[in-house]
Amino acid sequence: MIGTGTTEAEAPAAYLERYARMLLIRLFEGEMHRLFLQGHIHGTTHLSSGQEAVPVGICSALDPHDYVAGTYRGHGHALAKGTDPEALAAEMLGRATGICGGRAGSMNVIDLEHGLVGCFGIVGGSIAAATGAALSAARQGRVAAAFFGDGAANQGYFHECLNFAKVLQLPVVFVCENNFYGEFTPMVDVTAGGDIAARGAAYGLPSRVLDGNDLWAVRAAGLEAVESARSGAGPTLLECQTYRHYGHSKSDPATYRPKDEVDRWMERDPLALARGRLLESDLEEREIEAVEAETSERIERAVEAALEAPFPDPDEGGAREFRE
Amino acid sequence: MSELEFRTAVRDALAEEIERDPAVVFFGEDVAAAGGVFMTTPELHERFGPDRVFDTPISELALAGAAFGAAVTGLRPVIEIMFGDFMGLPMDSLVNQAAKYWYISNEQGSVPLVVRSAVGAGGRFGAMHSQAHGTWFQGVPGLKIVCPSSPADAKGLLKASIRDDNPVIFLEHKRLYSVKGPEPEDELVPLGRASVVRPGTDLTVVSTMRGVPDALAAADRLGDEGIDLEVIDLRCLRPLDVDTVLESVAKTNRLLAVEEGPRTGGWAAGVLGAVAEEALHELDDVWTLTTAETPIPYSPTLEDSFLPDPDAIVASVSERLGISIAR
Repeated sequence: MIGTGTTEAEAPAAYLERYARMLLIRLFEGEMHRLFLQGHIHGTTHLSSGQEAVPVGICSALDPHDYVAGTYRGHGHALAKGTDPEALAAEMLGRATGICGGRAGSMNVIDLEHGLVGCFGIVGGSIAAATGAALSAARQGRVAAAFFGDGAANQGYFHECLNFAKVLQLPVVFVCENNFYGEFTPMVDVTAGGDIAARGAAYGLPSRVLDGNDLWAVRAAGLEAVESARSGAGPTLLECQTYRHYGHSKSDPATYRPKDEVDRWMERDPLALARGRLLESDLEEREIEAVEAETSERIERAVEAALEAPFPDPDEGGAREFRE
Repeated sequence: MSELEFRTAVRDALAEEIERDPAVVFFGEDVAAAGGVFMTTPELHERFGPDRVFDTPISELALAGAAFGAAVTGLRPVIEIMFGDFMGLPMDSLVNQAAKYWYISNEQGSVPLVVRSAVGAGGRFGAMHSQAHGTWFQGVPGLKIVCPSSPADAKGLLKASIRDDNPVIFLEHKRLYSVKGPEPEDELVPLGRASVVRPGTDLTVVSTMRGVPDALAAADRLGDEGIDLEVIDLRCLRPLDVDTVLESVAKTNRLLAVEEGPRTGGWAAGVLGAVAEEALHELDDVWTLTTAETPIPYSPTLEDSFLPDPDAIVASVSERLGISIAR
């Protein structure tokens, strides 16, 4: 059976599309991993494999013109909100055709056309960006959502903005992707009380803990929070518990995570869970496979095109400090 | 002729821009119901309502971050960070979010945002309520830094800042709030252009904010001694109008920069460097008059001695030019 709560009546095909978006993120991250190892991507990069259900579930509950702010682990945030994979891949590769012309790189992607206010290289920055976008959104009938990790729950941004947003009843959804590690450090070791959702409740926000690997659960909670925000009832905090498949960044093999813990989470891979659930519906497996093949080809084409794109020309000029 | 008080100039600029453009909103701590702790924004809340002018929690990081997020999604926020000294708290949002956005987004969007603060020493507020934070931000590409010295400029520069599509740090010196001066001649004062506020031939003095009237007072006294000062008000620290200073120095061949702040890392030394780079052969002498390399003291005797007031400017010029002036 597909769907819980408000999503129960939806046709399986709608979830097939969302599953395909999750797969798009997974395959994109796999390609970024490969391209980094081959020396095509520079500096560092933070992959979101394993966490796909959160941005896809939340963005599926938003309207296209709603706002999203993401993190430095933000490729999934951008792709879930609608950023073109080729333009995103080109940005990672530092090419002129990148979504930010190669000026931003992996950690700071901005795609205003798709409502992605930005991804922020500083932990917690997305929380303020979405809070501010909600000031505009309130006048525009829109909603803003902030993605951030468990580490950000210890930043001033988190506490100041949850209070600020609640006092002003702003239409914002705070989405914590709790992957249980702030960089290399276990969340429980550095988070007093160990309960992020409880912090939201302390500021008067409806706050929920949910299975962040369950697309259906994330979407259902997202729909409720978005509707509440749009109706003027103010902000919500959703703590989505999930797990990253790679280390924190490219320099991190993640040896600090116990093997049995990793195994446990790998068994709950959000893509496998979603696929299993789709198979329980009246969809045929070949329909799923067709979408998988299509998604795979899309990523292949995007990466190929991005690799062929030119680098920005430093002698071309045109860099302007200010907008005139 | 009617006179305009500095604090009223600030209030009027805000009122006119809120009236003119529905995208302009103004928020901060105690700015709405209370009208601002320096009484710069009374009655705006009553006149424009809580959607346009509102109070916020004491959360400078949330304030600046929210203003940034609002600015990239259609609003033109003006926020007040009550004292410039508090600007350490919202620095991440201003430096990493607002300042870089236009460039790293590949010009997808800019950040029309103004951050007003009361700054400066001389009010016996002590070390954490007396600094001027302009130089903390001067090395950040993408930010404009505005620092008016007169009521007319305060009004025209603030209006221009609100209409500017880029993030602007706007400094209001506490010892200027009660100063009165002529009404502005033009509605807007363009950002990034210095002003020659007193023409002269012997020595160029550049300063900002309270330093400008102090330099003018010193110029009057030195004029009595036959020394003719040209006084330049920079008006903005970024973009910095070096050309106006160069034109002046071509005439006077001497340059003094008076800064209410330490010499190390200050704008005065930066102006001297920029002028030397362009016009070394024009220069007979250059120097700075700045504050000690210590925090700002509280006690009136210590604080008065700390500040570069007109007496200090007169003494510095006299000593440097080798003349003796009766005090």
